[in-house]
Amino acid sequence: MGEYRKIVGNAGRALMMCCVLLGGVAAPSTAAHQPPRTTAAQDGFVPVDTLPPEDRLPAAPLLVAAYSVAWVAIMIYVWSLWRRLSRVEREMATLGQRSGEPDRRGARH
Amino acid sequence: MMNRLFAPLAMIVAAMFAYAPIMIANAPYESTMGLIQKIFYFHVPAALTFFLAAFVCGVASAMYLFGRRPSADRVALAAAELTVLLGVIVLISGPLWARKAWGIWWDWDARLTSTLVLWLTFQAYLLLRRYGGPGSDRLGAGVAIFGMCNVPFVYWSVEFWRTLHPKTSVLPTLQPGMRGPFWFCVVAFVGLFVVLLAARTRLEERRAELEQLYLAVEGE
Repeated sequence: MGEYRKIVGNAGRALMMCCVLLGGVAAPSTAAHQPPRTTAAQDGFVPVDTLPPEDRLPAAPLLVAAYSVAWVAIMIYVWSLWRRLSRVEREMATLGQRSGEPDRRGARH
Repeated sequence: MMNRLFAPLAMIVAAMFAYAPIMIANAPYESTMGLIQKIFYFHVPAALTFFLAAFVCGVASAMYLFGRRPSADRVALAAAELTVLLGVIVLISGPLWARKAWGIWWDWDARLTSTLVLWLTFQAYLLLRRYGGPGSDRLGAGVAIFGMCNVPFVYWSVEFWRTLHPKTSVLPTLQPGMRGPFWFCVVAFVGLFVVLLAARTRLEERRAELEQLYLAVEGE
């Protein structure tokens, strides 16, 4: 019985040593086959300066477009306001002449 | 008084708008966004004036609704038109900036969607005033008050909900080199709003006078 226990104990220690040795040899090789660990940000995005020129979105046309839209919108509004105001003034002058009443524009200023 | 101030104020505003591009070009570049961040100097002042115009329209509408003052209604109509104009600038310059900064033209997040709803509210006000027939002035005043109440929600939407849009804390933490051009553009936009509001209100006054004149001619 004592002999049997000794044999089983030795076999167990040998098996453990084998596992440790195998683990030590296999672990670096398994790690070498895994892809390098990256951060979440690097997984989703690529730095813009590493992109090829054809994939980069130029900022200048967008900036010029934004300022042009603002200027054009203001200009169109001022022009439409001036047109409407001059039409009303013209109509008032015509109506004033028809009714014989002088245009009151000057009197209000 | 406004008649006397109108021409000098209009000239000052025109000079400010002519000088603004020089100030913007000399402003420092933002480190992460670079050149495209310079849209900020027109986009944000236009947005602040857009809120101001909506607020003026709402207050004038409330004065008309509860005080029955025709002059308040004229101011409300003028301010509503300017709200739509400034909204166009904000809603076009924003996506142009977003395309470069976020990679998308538009996102249905709280800030962008609520800004669009605010703009559509004042667009609805103008359509109501134009095609609504008798009584549309009072109905329109109600719509304008509703639009004014939306302004704080639009402004603070970036604090309440998670959005792509930067928070309101950007302005107080602005770099010193960027503050000058930014506040210069804010003053230019507010000045433009005052000048255009005065001119548009004047148009409504003249239209009211014309209507009286027509009635007088028809009565003869």
